[in-house]
Amino acid sequence: MGWLQNARMVGMRVAHAIPALFGVVLVTFILTRALPGDPAAYFAGPAADERSIQQIRETLGLDRPLPEQFLLYLGDLASGDLGVSISTGQPVLEELARRLPASLELTLGALLISISLAVPMGVLAAMHPGRPIDHLCRIVATAGVSLPTFFTGLALVFVFYYVLGWAPAPIGRLDFAYLPPDHVTGFYVIDALIAGDAETATAALGQLLLPMITLALFTLAPIARMTRGAMLQALGSDFIRTARAAGLDRRRVVGQYAFRNAMLPLVTTLGMVFSFTLGANVLVEKVFAWPGIGSFAVEALVVSDYAAVQGFVLTMALLFVALNLTIDVLYTLIDPRIGSDA
Amino acid sequence: MRDAPVTEAAPEDEAAGPSVLRRSLYVLSSNPVSFVALGGFCLIVLAAIFGPWLAPYDPLLTDAAKALQPPTAAHPFGTDQLGRDVFSRVLVAARLDMMISVAAVTLSFFVGAAIGTLSGYYGGWVDRISGRLIDTIMAFPLFVLAMGIVAALGNTVENIIYATAIINVPFYARVARAEAAIRRDAGFVLAAKLSGNGGLRIVATQLFPNALPPMMVQASLNLGWAILNAAGLSFIGLGVRPPTPEWGIMVAEGANFIVSGEWWLALFPGAALMLTVFTFNLMGDALRDIVDPRKRT
Repeated sequence: MGWLQNARMVGMRVAHAIPALFGVVLVTFILTRALPGDPAAYFAGPAADERSIQQIRETLGLDRPLPEQFLLYLGDLASGDLGVSISTGQPVLEELARRLPASLELTLGALLISISLAVPMGVLAAMHPGRPIDHLCRIVATAGVSLPTFFTGLALVFVFYYVLGWAPAPIGRLDFAYLPPDHVTGFYVIDALIAGDAETATAALGQLLLPMITLALFTLAPIARMTRGAMLQALGSDFIRTARAAGLDRRRVVGQYAFRNAMLPLVTTLGMVFSFTLGANVLVEKVFAWPGIGSFAVEALVVSDYAAVQGFVLTMALLFVALNLTIDVLYTLIDPRIGSDA
Repeated sequence: MRDAPVTEAAPEDEAAGPSVLRRSLYVLSSNPVSFVALGGFCLIVLAAIFGPWLAPYDPLLTDAAKALQPPTAAHPFGTDQLGRDVFSRVLVAARLDMMISVAAVTLSFFVGAAIGTLSGYYGGWVDRISGRLIDTIMAFPLFVLAMGIVAALGNTVENIIYATAIINVPFYARVARAEAAIRRDAGFVLAAKLSGNGGLRIVATQLFPNALPPMMVQASLNLGWAILNAAGLSFIGLGVRPPTPEWGIMVAEGANFIVSGEWWLALFPGAALMLTVFTFNLMGDALRDIVDPRKRT
């Protein structure tokens, strides 16, 4: 298969994401305009008087028909105008862009931890059904989905900060004693390492560890469960029996034949895990005072800072669409069967 | 998807009577954890119904002299920053938490069933429109969408219920659609059509009852998640307002005292929430084992 065909299939996947993108933008628009109450009053904030509300109504184009408003909204989005946050007085886009790396550092780190723990656990459980590792996997899977993320986070803070004193105070990304490293990737740990500042990197990692573990514990369960299920199904299939009967090396049967086939259903269900992770991210950020977009939205919700909340919902949805698209593209590249019938 | 035999008219018919009970007991006996879960479930339901009468103290009664006491015999879960009895508050909160999640799940159950069975039966543009709608909901991280909905509709308990219901609709609609689609050309559906029943009537009397068992399983698996969702929303300050006792908001209030060592404020409501969700998930698994043995893990 040539790279040209690959590129064509990836392009098709990207095209498939466009309706989802359109739906997301439409829903965010509807959430602000077509619902009961006066959006102009929302955007103006609780302290606004009649005149400023009228002024906002005109600048937002709220006196025009809905379809026209939607086009205006699309135009604003295209030029990156998400409105101004009334609580901070800054453009929402700037606020989100400044805070996004903090959220990404937390979310991606947690996903990395949970995938690298849960996948081997699920595989081992499927290889030894009924053995202790299988029971452990089942307990983790059922208990893990029952854990309220915010509660796990608090429990970890209590044990590791208050009782043991191992973790730093849950006050954000970096203790006041340190200066944030120069901005390269926006990820403090990586930026500090790039700057060659091992002390700051360690401090940033220390702050990151507990929230990351909290989020990882939550996502561990569904991944372990799905891996186990997919592996069991793959191991029970005919081609594995044949491979075993042919006397192939056990490691090769499990690692190559079964695991690679189990990867495919696993990769598709990762979308749901992302959905959970991005939602739980908000709660974890609130618990650890993590200055990401989630805690920004929570602060904005409390003061009815509508433009900020709307920008946050849109950003999260776009992030989710992007993650799913990445998964889709990976899937296309992993599975050669896709494309032959597409 | 379940490839059940498509000839049965109502799945309960043949399996009615004591054999269902016996089979259920047989399936459950292979997994004794289910009985523990059943016991826990009954306790939670009792707490939700009789909580306000069982509580030893008024959950809203403040007493500054007794603020922030650790657990004692008089206050088994301690007292909070205003001297309110944490045990009474945890107990009374069971009703509100259960009410929010049960109401939300019921709503999404019926809305999802209607959307799913109609699109499974009619296909065509009905199916395409509802499919788009569901895809659009699923294009959002669900908890974030719920936040956006509550923010737009207004910060009340009813809107928490609506938001939780909306984000759960896709799961029910998908199950119902699959169940309706495999039976739309089945003999009993054609017979009903031939004897002059209209489309809506067929959907309501022939297809919906057949979609019920897998949808019930979905509902029981979903209930725990709905509780977590609602508690998460109130944890970030949406919906329920203090001083109303509710597990999510109690954990949020207790969070401020964790760093100074007053652990009981957040621990007990959090543990109640966790145990409830855990029990519900176990019950859901048990119910799935009974209804669909092949999905047993």
